[in-house]
Order: sequence, then C-alpha cells, then structure tokens
Amino acid sequence: MVIDKIKKVNKKDERPTKNEKASDMLVGKWVKCDNCKEILYKEEVHNNLSVCPNCGKHFRISARRRIHQIIDEGTFIETNADMKTKNPLNFEGYEKKIQSLQEKTQINEAVKTGFGEINGEKVVIAIMDGNFMMGSMGSVVGEKITCAIEDAIDNKLPIIIFCVSGGARMQEGIISLMQMAKTSEALAKLNEAGLLYISVLTDPTTGGVTASFASLGDIILAEPNALIGFAGPRVIEQTVKQKLPDGFQRSEFLLEHGFIDKIVERKDMKQTLYDILKLHKKGGK
Amino acid sequence: MPTKLSAWDRVLHAREAERPKALDYIENIFDGFIELHGDRFYGDDKSIVGGIAYLDGMPVTVIGEQKGKTTKENMERNFGMPNPEGYRKALRLMKQADKFGRPIITFIDTPGAYPGMGAEERGQGEAIARSMMEMSRLKVPIVSVVIGEGSSGGALAICVADRIIMLENAVYSILSPEGFASILYKDSSKNKEAAEHMKLTSYDLKEFGIVDEIVKEPKGGAQENIKKVVKSLKQNIVNDIEELSKLDKNEMIEKRYEKYRKIGIN
Ligand SMILES: [Zn+2]
Repeated sequence: MVIDKIKKVNKKDERPTKNEKASDMLVGKWVKCDNCKEILYKEEVHNNLSVCPNCGKHFRISARRRIHQIIDEGTFIETNADMKTKNPLNFEGYEKKIQSLQEKTQINEAVKTGFGEINGEKVVIAIMDGNFMMGSMGSVVGEKITCAIEDAIDNKLPIIIFCVSGGARMQEGIISLMQMAKTSEALAKLNEAGLLYISVLTDPTTGGVTASFASLGDIILAEPNALIGFAGPRVIEQTVKQKLPDGFQRSEFLLEHGFIDKIVERKDMKQTLYDILKLHKKGGK
Repeated sequence: MPTKLSAWDRVLHAREAERPKALDYIENIFDGFIELHGDRFYGDDKSIVGGIAYLDGMPVTVIGEQKGKTTKENMERNFGMPNPEGYRKALRLMKQADKFGRPIITFIDTPGAYPGMGAEERGQGEAIARSMMEMSRLKVPIVSVVIGEGSSGGALAICVADRIIMLENAVYSILSPEGFASILYKDSSKNKEAAEHMKLTSYDLKEFGIVDEIVKEPKGGAQENIKKVVKSLKQNIVNDIEELSKLDKNEMIEKRYEKYRKIGIN
C-alpha cells in the first residue's frame, strides 16, 4: 500500500513525501538544477533549505518543511486540519482526486493554518502547499485562510501568509471565485483592528490568490525569482501574440514596478519576519 | 419558472452584440448622468465607465463594465476587459460616493480582466484585490447588477455588494466555459458541456445564495424589449436601496460581510 510507505517517510517530519517535487526528494542521490543545470547532491540541496548551492535557485517546498523553517520547534498548533472539501458543482471525480491527494501528500488541503512562534513572537500563520492541486484556492483554502485571519483578529495577533498558488480552483467553480471576496473582506476587518499582515509570495503565486489576499499585505515579501502575477505567462503570450521578456512577472520585476516591499532569501526569511514582527509590537520592544 | 434555455444558450445570449450594455442601462434607469474619468494615477480606462446621476431624484454613483456593440466600439472599449486603471477609477468613484453618502450601483459585463503585459506591470492582481477589500467596508448601500458576462475576478472586482441582481440570461462564473473546458477537459471544444456543468446561470447563482434577485428577460433576450427589462430592473434597484438605507450602517456592513463569509464551507 502506498499509505504504508508514506507513513515511513513521514516519521522524519521534515522529510518530503512521495508526491513532492523532484527537488524536494531524497530518493536517488543526484538532481539537476533546472536553472543552472548543475548536477547537485540531493542531500546538500535539502540541507541548504532546498536552495541550489550553485545558483541560488529557490526550489518549491512543502508547507510542512516551511513550518519547520519558520516556526519555533514545538510551537505550531494546527487549526482546522480536517476541514472537508465539498463538491459544489458535483464535478465528476473531484472527491476521488481530493482523497487520493490527501493520501499521497498526508495533508488535507492546499493550505495549513495555525498558531506558532517565531523566535518567541506569537503569530497566526497560513502556509499554502503547491503539492496539493497546485495550491489552488477552493472553499477549504478560502475558509481556512479566512478563519486564520479571524483567529488573528480574535487573539490580537499578527498574521503571516505564505502564498503559492495556481489561482482559484476550477473544480469548485463560482464558489472558488467567491473565496477571493471572502478572504479580502476578512483582511479589511483585520485592518480595522490595526493588526499586522505580512504576505510572503513564493513561486508561483498567480490568478485568484494574487488578486486577493496575496496582494493585500501591509508588508509584502517575496522569495527571489518567484513567478508572481494575475494572468499566467502563457495566457498573456496568447493575448499579446509575442514572447514575454526574460524576468517578466518575477519577484525582481514586481519589486521594480512597486508591488512588493522586499525580496528575501530563504535563509534570511525567519529573521526578517522576526525583525518586522518585533518592530510592530506595541512600544517597539 | 426557469425557461427551457440551456446554460449554453444563455452564455450566447449574455454575449450577444445587440444585448444592452452598461451605458444603455445607465441612460435608461438614471437621470442627468455625468461621466467622470480617470484613476488619478495612470489613465482613463474606457472598459469601465463611471459617474454620478440621479435615481428617482436621489444622487447616486454609477459604475459599469462597458462592452461595445460593434467591432469599432469594442476596440475602443477593449471588449469590456478592464486594465488596473479601470478598477482604480471604479474604486476612486466608490470612495467618493462613500464620502458624499451616495448609494453605489455597479453593472457587471466582462469576459474578464485584461491579461496583457501592461496590466501585469501596473498590478492587475493588486487592483482587483484592493477593490474587493475596500468595497466590503464602504458605508453606503451597494447594489450590483450582472447584465451580461460576469467572468472571473474581473467581474467580482466591482461586485462586492449588499445586493446582487442578475438578468435572467446573464452568466456569472469563475472563467469562460471555453477556458473551463480547456483546463479541466483538456478540450476547449467541449464548451457547451462545460457550461452545463459550471452552474453559471442566474438560476444556479440564486440557488447558491450568491445572487439575490433575478430580473426576467423577454424571449430573445433583453434587447427585444429593453423598456420592460429596465422597468423591472429599476424597481429592484430602488427597492433594494430603500431597504438598505433603513439599516444601521454597521449592521449593513456586517450583513455584507456575512453574505460572502458564508459561501463555501460553513
Ligand atoms: Zn542552480
């Protein structure tokens, strides 16, 4: 059974499951960096936070590993871990797909939410996971993000959302679309409560997630060279009938055009988040 | 009772060139419309029109996604596909309405936000997100009317409202049936099949509780008797604004919040 294998892998919590991207896997010893084409020793990449030691390319990582990298050990308390996906369009095969992904990835949906600490600072955190239907936002993702924002409001805590998403989830149709409004209005309430929201954009952040909570941070950070945009590059190319220039819709492009505050390498992410959190504490200390 | 039209028939109706567009409704429902232009940052997007007018003597702010009826008009209006400056103009006018206590009426009719290079450079995602976020807290009544194609975030951006009215043959969906078919069925020619499954008609949306009221259309679509459609649409808008105006402002905003909050899992 597939499940048995997964459970074994899962014993070491930060280890990837079978479904995670090649760059995340330890199976086989070598991997080729898709950016610099260098052949790399997988364990070295893994131990380097899944960043290419040669060119600095930030490979995609699971929510579980992200939590491990950002949240103080033993402080993460997950919320809404077993919220059930619905099938509002009765889309054929959708429930099965969700179920098999849950078995493969050992996560319930495309976002993990909860409370945790960053160098002792309490936060609410939501971390999307690209291994689950490309991080697409359906009703569970929308609801969990909204609940997390409301948890932040109720507990007067800052919230951090790590985004990775192909956009709204097509299989749930209009219900997915409405999650954009739902998460955005929750952030409006957070603003009225005077609480901090840090949005962190990772590769890729597109579509309905870009056009909702991802773009609404008080402070918006991004990992280097992440694809960030509303329309996908292929759709744009088909529309304008020309090839997009190198670097179009990448983090550096967004920084230049004024849509993100800062590009932060993975190795500096936790400290940067801590520094921002600390500055926003009442009294500044 | 729903008529016998298929979902795909309604998609075709929603897209008809002769179908009344936002400015047709604005002209027929309101008096003394003064169009206001520009987002104060970059430019004036002609795929979104907006301005001030009277609704039965009451000052209101009116905004609409504007398609053309001819190729020439459509070129000018970018086929009703807004750029970020369109949403920023809409939001500027809505905040102005908030300042002066004017109810807001928005008309939705777009194949989607424009997926162009300039749109990305100027923050299409940010413009849509901010519009939704800010609309959710405005202290004036907001009524949105889906008059034709309500497609994707490009439609939702100006459709965060207290009441949503939909014309019977309008459609409202996450993307076009063609796009849905090409992504999920890997075959864009399965557009009819997609339309049937997407639950995008006014009756579907009413059942989901997203749309509050449906305005009936004559056989052949709204263009067959625009006077009649306008009359009943106007009555709905007037009633909605009257009811909303009676609510305490905080209660109205909280109800607007709940309207979206409950969609999905609850
Ligand atoms: Zn490399």
